[in-house]
Amino acid sequence: MTRVRIPPTLREDVGGAREVPADGDTVRELLDDLMGRFPALRRQLVENGDIAPFVNVYVEGEDVRTREGIDTEVRPGSTVILLPAMAGGAQLGELPPPAGG
Amino acid sequence: MASYRELLAQVRAEIDEVDAVRAREVIENDDPVIVDVREQDEWDEGHIPGAIHIPRGYLESRIEGAAPDRSRQILLYCSAGNRSAFAAKTLQDLGYDESVSLAGGFTDWKRNGFPVELSAGLDAPRRARYSRHLLIPEVGEQGQLKLLDSKILLIGAGGLGSPASLYLAAAGVGRIGIVDADVVDESNLQRQIVHSTERLGEAKVESAKRTIEALNPDVQVVPYKERLTSENIERILADGWDVIVDGADNFPTRYLVNDASVWHGAPVVHGSIYRFEGQVTVFKPGAGPCYRCLFPAPPPPELAPSCAEGGVLGVLPGVIGSLQASEALKLALGIGEPLVGRLLLFDALSAEFNEVSIRRDPECPVCGEHPTITDYIDYVEFCSGTREPA
Repeated sequence: MTRVRIPPTLREDVGGAREVPADGDTVRELLDDLMGRFPALRRQLVENGDIAPFVNVYVEGEDVRTREGIDTEVRPGSTVILLPAMAGGAQLGELPPPAGG
Repeated sequence: MASYRELLAQVRAEIDEVDAVRAREVIENDDPVIVDVREQDEWDEGHIPGAIHIPRGYLESRIEGAAPDRSRQILLYCSAGNRSAFAAKTLQDLGYDESVSLAGGFTDWKRNGFPVELSAGLDAPRRARYSRHLLIPEVGEQGQLKLLDSKILLIGAGGLGSPASLYLAAAGVGRIGIVDADVVDESNLQRQIVHSTERLGEAKVESAKRTIEALNPDVQVVPYKERLTSENIERILADGWDVIVDGADNFPTRYLVNDASVWHGAPVVHGSIYRFEGQVTVFKPGAGPCYRCLFPAPPPPELAPSCAEGGVLGVLPGVIGSLQASEALKLALGIGEPLVGRLLLFDALSAEFNEVSIRRDPECPVCGEHPTITDYIDYVEFCSGTREPA
């Protein structure tokens, strides 16, 4: 069992929880478990079977892209953080003026 | 009971002294800490190059900050060698066994025709204004002069730009550029503290300029009342900025600022916020990853809620924007360990800071070993979700 930290932009997809327990020995298994229970997460986390380029997954503070990517091992008790890019967000192609959040 | 003369003679017998010629050799060969123990007005009229200024009255309390290593040689001087003799005795008592006093003092140094540095000098009002900076060894007068000579560009005069601009201005950053096309709106005032109710409808850059100039007349504000785009960014960067503070609220601007900063070698202090959480890092070209190493591509727009949609606790940009100001000041001063390769996460609800490491991606299309993006692209299209899936 691993506790996965859910960022604020994804909390609505997991019923508002800040942390969700998940099972799996690798990041892939962990995400499969999560997305099986919370299908709305799928688009937010994966693209073409890999971690989406706009989200980072950290295991013990390290970006899994610098390790074995989605196949990175997750030891029981590890801290896992999901971190999507967070910049505010342009409105569907219409570029608003820069204005610090 | 000893007279002053007797006491001086006694002290001089107990310490080591060097003459000006020997002092110069020591400076050239042994890299001592040179400490000028005279008063401010004497220091202002000229001092030995490389010296630090600790008036005699502050010697005991400040020497450890300036010279924590007791085994390092310390060369003390005053105008004639008497105050520095007492200072050397004091340092001996504090365990600085390698302290020496310049006999004949600065007067003899000048008589020998040795180099003298004139204080570029903070005048009295500035010394008063920045006195709390001058007390910090890592800043001091030289650091303050550096800040007054530094140029920092803020992208956005909103939630993050408000505290960042106020603290940078208060710190005496000499020139602050602000890029923002927006006007002050009622919904801004819950967090954008550089503006005020009476400024509703006013251009944010003009409102920020007025607030900053009222806070610190030393600061020159360069307002750019325009949206940052591929077309104007080169013109704006040509004005010469040492550090960029990115407080933009949208992805196209983030990627645009990133690419430009890599090509110009300018460090970016990045901050972003949403509801109760914020992130801060420093993208320093050549020294660490860039924004594209962290996030190779933006999320599709429908997956990227903005503060306008999701909300933000008013004080959150205060925390994150202030951290950005702190990082920007460190970069301008060249001190400390900036957040290069580290992403600092703040959660206001749990009152927790976390840190994750971010690494340079050798395959990065902009800062990698074989860059494939070498000129500005259409950033709105890049962020519109129409890109080819990777």
